[in-house]
Amino acid sequence: MTDTPLIEIRDVSHTFHTESGPLPVLDNLSLSVADGGFCAVVGPSGCGKSTLTRLVAGLMKPDTGSVWLHGEQVRSPRATVGMAFQNPVLLEWRSILRNVLLPLEIVPTKLTRKQQEDRARHLLTLVGLDGFEDKKPSELSGGMRQRASLCRALIHQPEVLILDEPFGALDAFTREDLWQTMHQVKAQEPFTSLLITHDLREAIFLADQVVVLSGRPATSQYVMNVPSTGPRDLEALYTPDAADRLAILRHQIQVAQGRKPARREAAQ
Amino acid sequence: MSLQKIGVPLAAIVIFLILWELLVWANGWPNYKMASPSDLGPAFTRYWELFFIYGWQTLWRTVAGLLLAIIFGTGLGMTMGFSRTLRDGLYPLLVGFNAIPKATVVPIIALMFVGAHDFNTVLIAFMISFFPIAVSVSIGLSTLEPEYRDILRSLGASNLTIFWKIALPKTLPEFFGALKIAVTLAFIGTNLMEIVSPHGRGLGALFDSGKTNSDYPLMFAVLIALAVLGIILYYIVVVLEKIFAGWAERSPS
Ligand SMILES: Nc1ncnc2c1ncn2[C@@H]1O[C@H](COP(=O)(O)OP(=O)(O)OP(=O)(O)O)[C@@H](O)[C@H]1O
Ligand SMILES: [Mg+2]
Repeated sequence: MTDTPLIEIRDVSHTFHTESGPLPVLDNLSLSVADGGFCAVVGPSGCGKSTLTRLVAGLMKPDTGSVWLHGEQVRSPRATVGMAFQNPVLLEWRSILRNVLLPLEIVPTKLTRKQQEDRARHLLTLVGLDGFEDKKPSELSGGMRQRASLCRALIHQPEVLILDEPFGALDAFTREDLWQTMHQVKAQEPFTSLLITHDLREAIFLADQVVVLSGRPATSQYVMNVPSTGPRDLEALYTPDAADRLAILRHQIQVAQGRKPARREAAQ
Repeated sequence: MSLQKIGVPLAAIVIFLILWELLVWANGWPNYKMASPSDLGPAFTRYWELFFIYGWQTLWRTVAGLLLAIIFGTGLGMTMGFSRTLRDGLYPLLVGFNAIPKATVVPIIALMFVGAHDFNTVLIAFMISFFPIAVSVSIGLSTLEPEYRDILRSLGASNLTIFWKIALPKTLPEFFGALKIAVTLAFIGTNLMEIVSPHGRGLGALFDSGKTNSDYPLMFAVLIALAVLGIILYYIVVVLEKIFAGWAERSPS
């Protein structure tokens, strides 16, 4: 790991101009994620989390402030980013394998066709989708589609993996399965991750850093570091330590929603 | 399976013809009131050469008009699908144009380019059929979920790449839905022009000459021939749809 953070967001503010007037969404938000780190961002609904991911991906420019990836300022989209959303957006006319290979049709790659396919198959196996390469997305369950979408986000070996509530639409069991899959993938693929989520348990299970955003316009309200213990199992969510962390985060969310006054909680 | 697919429609046609024959027979209608299926055979055999030549003329002009409508309609749909401003500007114009009953445009075009039969006919077939194509393509493009775009845009893909890899294939099911309507409309346009323009060609003109000569079996035979052509055209589109947008069809399981 290097000392410069891989993702750095510096004093970013952004206002949308809508028909009903200006809508400030981000307000002086700063955040940084170390190389190889896993940062989860939680915050009230509609506070600007997806907007934040679009800024990091270079799909939008902030009004003020800057976003840096690997020491370079982000001014436009770059091939070193992989994205997955709540909606898996697989292309229904392509097989799962060809869906996973899609980014390699855009991003320049040194891999031969054969190597590309081998990598795609390797990733599909890693997420438990071996044997489904030639199936169409409509033949897969929601959880399986999300797994395929994850493979697509990783196929071009991105430095940064941006996940915008990727497990949000799944049932609780499938979601927990996918959390464990994420840990397995993380152990093999060297990416730095920014995860948007509504699920506090998901945040502390997957991330080594949890950022709570305030209500709109969002700013970084609270940062919690979760000691990284490598691949975890779900039991880790039922320890007293986890219960404390969840209580703190829940309180912070309520503050962000304006339902509780800010006061200092017992230190972590 | 194939019995169901071919046998049942065939049986339906036979039953229809029998009922028609019975209806004419039971009412004792003479030829000039309503021809019966048994009159059609002689009409076809007498004029089969004309049917062949005129049928071909109707067919190629319809298809030519339709191809123009596809090119123009897709282009227009793309402009409207990608640019909000152009969509807001063009939409009312387009709706207004579509609202004009084409039956009123036919005589105008026929007079404007009098004698230019092929041009007239192709033009009307085109004018009447591009609208649904343009609308479906523009709606398909403008309702594309932003995540589809972002998946490729976040990798630095150009708008053209996004169009080819995602927007276009994703719009194909709607496009073919519109094409099925457009093919019928183009066919109507062709026939309107063939009937209206003096000394016209195609099955419409044959129909018109049947009318002037009070040859009612011929008129009905033309109607049947038109129906057959219409069915052929429609099913060609269906086959193309199966090939290019078959993925959109959920297999019943
Ligand atoms: N392109 C845009 N133009 C105008 N307003 C926008 C635009 N994108 C987002 N907004 C508005 O900005 C606010 C923040 O949106 P954003 O999608 O970033 O929130 P979010 O935190 O991801 O919400 P959710 O929790 O529902 O996913 C919302 O009120 C949204 O309506
Ligand atoms: Mg969001």
